[in-house]
Amino acid sequence: MKTEGYKSGEHYDEMFTPEGETRAHYLEFCETLKKNTAKKMHHLQFAANQTQRSMGMTFNVYHDNQGLEKILHLDIIPRIIPNEEWRKIESGLKQRTNALNMFLQDIYNERRILKDGIIPSELILNSKDYLDPCVGLTPPKGIWCHITGTDLVKSKDGEYYILEDNLRCPSGVSYMLESREIIKRAYPKLFYKRGVMPVSDYPAKLLQMLQNLSDKPKPVVGVLTPGIYNSAYYEHSYLALQMGVELVSGVDLIVENKIVYMQTTQGLQQIDVLYRRIDDTFLDPLAFNPDSMLGVPGLFEAYKAGNIALANAPGTGVADDKAVYAYVPKIIKYYLNEEPILNNVPTYLCREEKDRAYVLENIHELVVKETNAAGGYGMLIGPKATKEEHDKFRELIKNNPTNYIAQPTLSLSTVPTLTDEGIEGRHVDLRPYILYGKEIEVIPGALTRVALKKGSLVVNSSQGGGSKDTWVLY
Amino acid sequence: MLSRVANHIYWLGRYLERAENYARFIDVNFNLMQDLPIDLKEQWMPLVAATGDLDLYNKFNEGFDSKNVLFFLAFDERNPNSMMSAVKSARENARIIRENLSKETWEKSNELYYMMQEGNEKKIWKKEDPRAFFEKVKNQILLLYGIADSSLARTEGWYFRQLGQFLERADKTSRILDVKYHILLPSEEEVGTPLDFLHWMALLKSVTAFNTYRRVYGNIAPASVVEFLVLDKYFPRSIYYCIKEAENCLHKISGNQGGGYKNSAEKAIGELRSKLEFADVKEIIAFGLHEYLDNLQVKINSISNQIDSNFFTIRDNFTKQTTVQE
Repeated sequence: MKTEGYKSGEHYDEMFTPEGETRAHYLEFCETLKKNTAKKMHHLQFAANQTQRSMGMTFNVYHDNQGLEKILHLDIIPRIIPNEEWRKIESGLKQRTNALNMFLQDIYNERRILKDGIIPSELILNSKDYLDPCVGLTPPKGIWCHITGTDLVKSKDGEYYILEDNLRCPSGVSYMLESREIIKRAYPKLFYKRGVMPVSDYPAKLLQMLQNLSDKPKPVVGVLTPGIYNSAYYEHSYLALQMGVELVSGVDLIVENKIVYMQTTQGLQQIDVLYRRIDDTFLDPLAFNPDSMLGVPGLFEAYKAGNIALANAPGTGVADDKAVYAYVPKIIKYYLNEEPILNNVPTYLCREEKDRAYVLENIHELVVKETNAAGGYGMLIGPKATKEEHDKFRELIKNNPTNYIAQPTLSLSTVPTLTDEGIEGRHVDLRPYILYGKEIEVIPGALTRVALKKGSLVVNSSQGGGSKDTWVLY
Repeated sequence: MLSRVANHIYWLGRYLERAENYARFIDVNFNLMQDLPIDLKEQWMPLVAATGDLDLYNKFNEGFDSKNVLFFLAFDERNPNSMMSAVKSARENARIIRENLSKETWEKSNELYYMMQEGNEKKIWKKEDPRAFFEKVKNQILLLYGIADSSLARTEGWYFRQLGQFLERADKTSRILDVKYHILLPSEEEVGTPLDFLHWMALLKSVTAFNTYRRVYGNIAPASVVEFLVLDKYFPRSIYYCIKEAENCLHKISGNQGGGYKNSAEKAIGELRSKLEFADVKEIIAFGLHEYLDNLQVKINSISNQIDSNFFTIRDNFTKQTTVQE
């Protein structure tokens, strides 16, 4: 298929240099691409869509009337990352995860970083994600964030920037795994020829990490799901299947004498570790949100008593708040005495007067985000918004400054993508997954989300984003 | 195994079997129609009557033409027992417990769902001869069984699905047989005529029993057909065979190796099995076939209820989140 007319534009393109030369790590792939006819490429794309459908790789979109299940479009042109580039991402993410874990342990216990005035106390202690019931708690093995899915983007300068630390229940890992299987079928020889680092052992590593949280020789592990109406239900059942553990929901569990049991056909059976995919405050109606129908009454007491391990630990949300994000470079320096390996995006905190004045003045050039919203909701992209929207957000910021941060608009890098008009560049981000078990490990792969609409920067699946398989080369 | 999961597996088994049997139901009539003398009108009412949903049908339709009946039995989602409803429910149950199924069995039931959707879009019920479609659906389900048979471990989950499947099949065989009761012959004198035989043959064909029956009994005789479909010890769709298999599943689940019963579900099914085991077809006919089958269906229902209370809702304070399935 032809790529001659491809324009990388003003953005950083992962496959082509501005002069139109193929970057070295894409050479083998481009050869295959050129050999395939356009018809063949569209056929491969069609086959991939069909496979996704019959696998039932679906996610649910809230408030969408067009039926509950949707397929996350998988583009068949992969995003390829050279080894050297990956090494830097890997070491940067390990450093960051390590520091954030120390930070969590600290703010729920000694609070040294607050006492030393590195971060304003009220920013942490008044956060709605700071869970008072967790104060004084050290989770099993001292690990808080077992599974992290950090979002990165590459800007015009060819450098990666951290966009968001997702320390709660990051989703999408099943797409990383299933997409790889589908793309392997599309280019069977290429994998063998070029050498792509495998991701397929993720479920085994995840299981090991979870088992490590219990001192029993053969702990019983389960995945706790809110149920089939959750947008990531496919992933919950997929991971349970791949790990060979039970997928449980709140109604399957009961707590007696601070011990958690599953209700089975043969009576009650104790469970030791839960990979929970339910938000903190829904875990236990007795400890948190009393209206929660999803949780298990008494679960938190059992957790405090050390009879059940939870991954991630309750309370991690406070550390991936968008306002705390601005302090992460300081957090790394404070605990590790190291310079951050990966860049933060410069962030203006609307809670601070000077920053706020700058944001109100320059809102048309900035991206404004709510500090604790996810999924691309509650967000303003200054350069793409109308004057009315600017004014609306100015008001919102003035009324509730602590709720907002702003960042310069980043130019997200592009990857050639198969569209009806041929191959065109589309913006992408990158979400690698980090497991914190006996040690911290970054899985050599990622979910690459792609904004399928021409020129769009919003990659969220709930708003028209798709995905790409991500190859990390040997 | 989690009680909730066992529950969904059991119903997955039932719904799949139900969908397959509805495809067979529809086949009875098409088989019949083709052999009927031209002056005789095709009868679609008996089909609906045998499914037990006559009242519901009349609520939405007037008269019994083939298109309305086909739509009602195959695609109407307002009918909770239609093929479409059964396939949707089967897939929904499978989706909930996907981690307990093999990848292939899940994918086949997912494809089955899309197959039905496609049939719905193509308005299959308006086709002159829709049998190819129903054949395809039936084969998809059989393919799923085949894959499961050669890939799933014979552990609890397997037996719960089999249990659902065999109970459902016992019920449906009794209903297919009952179609004959509802089909009207032009007059009393027609009993035992070629037309009467045509009916019985169509019935046997719809449960893939025709050739086996021939080999065992030779000639078509009503009492023999009844004996074959209700009491045969070896035919996998006979009611006795299904009940015996279902009983075996319950024993595997509870670990019962000594016979008798370990719980109330085993007791109920054991009693029914032994009744069938020692029944004589003459007694059945003397009792009245329709009444006898009705009776059987009630007993199968009560066994299903016993299974529910023994395995799925054992905890006193267990809040039922799932809707009741039937």
